[in-house]
Amino acid sequence: MSSAGRLAVTCLLLSMFGAGAHAQKQGGVLRVTHRDNPPSASIHEEATISTVMPFASVFNNLVVFDPDSRQNRLDRIIPELATRWAWSEDGRTLTFTLRDDVKWHDGQKFTSSDVKCTWDMLTGRSESKLRKNPRKSWYFDVREITTDGPNEVAFHLVDPQPSLLALLAAGFSPVYPCHVNAAQMRTHPIGTGPFKFVELKQNESMRVERNPDYWKPGRPYLDGVEFTIIPNRSTAILAFVSGRFDMTFTGELPPELVKDVQAQAPKAICVMQPTNTQGNLLINFDRPPFNDARIRKAVGLAIDRRAFSEIISRGIDKLGGAMMPPPEGQWGMTPEVLETVPGYGKDVEQAREQGRAIMRSLGYGPDKPLAIKVSTRNIPDYRDAAVILIDHLKNVYIQGELEPIDTSVWYARMARKDYSVGMNVQGVGVDDPDVVLFATYACGSERNYTGYCNAELEKLFHKQSMTADVEQRRQIVWQIDEALQEDGARPVIYHGQAGTCWQPSVKGVRLAVNTIYNHWRFEDVWLDR
Amino acid sequence: MVAYIVQRLLLMVLTLFGVSVAIFVLLRIVPGNIADILFDSAGLIDPADKAKIISDLGLDRSIPVQYAQWINGLFHGDLGYSYVSEKPVLDEILPRIPITARLAGLALFFSVMFGVPLGVISAVRQNTWLDYGLRVISLSGLSLPAFWLGLLILMAFVRWFGTIPIYDRVPESFLQELALFAIPAAAVGFRSSALIMRLTRSSMLEVLRQDYVRTARSKGMSEGSVTFDHALRNALLPVITTIGIETAILFGGLIVTETVFNIPGVARFLVEAIRWRDYPMVQNLVMFIAIVVVTVNLLVDLTYMLVDPRIRYSE
Repeated sequence: MSSAGRLAVTCLLLSMFGAGAHAQKQGGVLRVTHRDNPPSASIHEEATISTVMPFASVFNNLVVFDPDSRQNRLDRIIPELATRWAWSEDGRTLTFTLRDDVKWHDGQKFTSSDVKCTWDMLTGRSESKLRKNPRKSWYFDVREITTDGPNEVAFHLVDPQPSLLALLAAGFSPVYPCHVNAAQMRTHPIGTGPFKFVELKQNESMRVERNPDYWKPGRPYLDGVEFTIIPNRSTAILAFVSGRFDMTFTGELPPELVKDVQAQAPKAICVMQPTNTQGNLLINFDRPPFNDARIRKAVGLAIDRRAFSEIISRGIDKLGGAMMPPPEGQWGMTPEVLETVPGYGKDVEQAREQGRAIMRSLGYGPDKPLAIKVSTRNIPDYRDAAVILIDHLKNVYIQGELEPIDTSVWYARMARKDYSVGMNVQGVGVDDPDVVLFATYACGSERNYTGYCNAELEKLFHKQSMTADVEQRRQIVWQIDEALQEDGARPVIYHGQAGTCWQPSVKGVRLAVNTIYNHWRFEDVWLDR
Repeated sequence: MVAYIVQRLLLMVLTLFGVSVAIFVLLRIVPGNIADILFDSAGLIDPADKAKIISDLGLDRSIPVQYAQWINGLFHGDLGYSYVSEKPVLDEILPRIPITARLAGLALFFSVMFGVPLGVISAVRQNTWLDYGLRVISLSGLSLPAFWLGLLILMAFVRWFGTIPIYDRVPESFLQELALFAIPAAAVGFRSSALIMRLTRSSMLEVLRQDYVRTARSKGMSEGSVTFDHALRNALLPVITTIGIETAILFGGLIVTETVFNIPGVARFLVEAIRWRDYPMVQNLVMFIAIVVVTVNLLVDLTYMLVDPRIRYSE
């Protein structure tokens, strides 16, 4: 190409990018439907997207997953309140240098003390307590947090834990202000984020407005974001289709409804994405006869996972182990590896025959089935799966009876281990083994509802956690995942997918493929109308 | 008359006392409490944190002590704090009452406006095509589930008008408010008007066969005067009772309509509060609805006297 030609191409590219940079329009209020009343506005006290999606924009993290990368992963983390970070040579200290131009929404200056306060509270070391602390187990390795002046903070660890950075980048890890107590954060949160909290009307709406003093120049584009609580899904979809709303609540639409929306509003942009929620089976290890590993194995062999996926989501839901399956998930077993795990093979009938043989050897048979109750939360997603499970269990001489449990007492029953077999749906905040393994499968963990405990395997949990090399770590995680499925620790049945839709006038929405909990700052979102 | 009203007011107090005890005890018998439910959104239960929440909210005290505290608070105008929003109950309830009152009032207006005249027409034109048509419509009104009818209306609006009549922001003018409530009120009023229409019809048919109606006709009175001055007035007593009952039902039973049309009223709020076991909210809302019901009942009884001078509540 001649120099004149190169110049012309350069000018064209420059004009394109220039136009792109100026294309974003300032102003407008984004209107989003919300599925239910959030339990509170305090992200650190909840483990639900109902709180994260509307309130993440009030806050900032030290670091975040790069929104331009659809897969949230350790090597795609960018600074937010931190300008940079560094690991000590022994991998036991992670030091952040912080921005010095950040103010809380009430005008106070953000400093390293706020970071220390937040994580001291999360690890239970401070006077100030959260009413609930669902992610205490994330920080099992954090020994101490120290500050060095207002702009430097260090996390000191017991053992090296490279993935701590991923945990800090999660939507569940905002920095809270030292000077605001936990009770106020539940009702009127103060943050440093692109939007200021305006109001939370119970069962009605939530509203945030543009933070004019946001430290990121030119952001956010929107004047505000309004979430209207519409618990009736049909009403919410009709309201979106009519154009009253710009966006649906994330991960709320099953495949049939996404098709429905697209048929009624062909211009709407709808994305089906893995939600990193999994349907799994809870088997009470302490309650006979399920304290017998052979029975647990027979249960695992009775399940036809592909049938679950076909019935629940027309085959869209994916098969996987404890970790989210690839390519969206970073740590899950590949289909080839998964097929070698008992219960995951394609020949379901053969697996069931093995299951029947086990049950016959224990004295059960078609004339003498094992009668059990299959407990589940009395809400459709859980109940539908439990009904399919009961049908599958019949194949190995287990006669299940559905026991719908009021959602208000579900976790209380699980915590008391007052069940034999339960159907459970569980969301994962960060696609990282440290989050899944320690919370769900570690001995004594509060979220380990089945009472599974394998000390040898737990050593591998720590080993993978300390491994920096991704490929090496993945091999260890596969080894763990395979063992968990073989042990029937919490047989995973499906990994869910769901849809989110928005109007074509909404620009700059970025969804991750391996979680629904991240990228809800709304600072890059703008309205083209 | 005065003695009767005093007697009824005393009965009202007794009834409200009974309701307060019943709702207070029943709420605490139902499995699950706010602490369990708060942890539901955290996906785990920490026994120490749960115990602290229970203690902070005073749920570890005996039921009689909790009851006494609540009643004492009521007498001092303190309804307590919502366990969920952590705001005063009064602040949460007060904005929702006018919303439900308007919706219920408008629905009642539709029911009476259509139910009574159409019932009279149906009775006067008994066994004509008009009567058959009105009876079919009224049967539909009684048979169609409110949520289904509501959804059909929403779908029709989206399909044909490209808009949706749901409550998604506070109306800024009276006309906007009327437009917002008219559709859901019509959906609810359809069922109530069908009920009132059928009752008016059967009541009118009975009265129209009475001797005094024949006498009125034989005296040469116009058919309009016979129908409205003599027959309808006497036929209205059971209708008034039904309107009273419907008013009470509407105030607490609009849950389906409020959900489908996304109206942030008392009924939807009450159901949500029950789901959360938000005791202060449920107790006070139920008491409020109970007060509305007993007051409406009293008003209905007093209205009898206006409609039928023969009725006197003597000592």
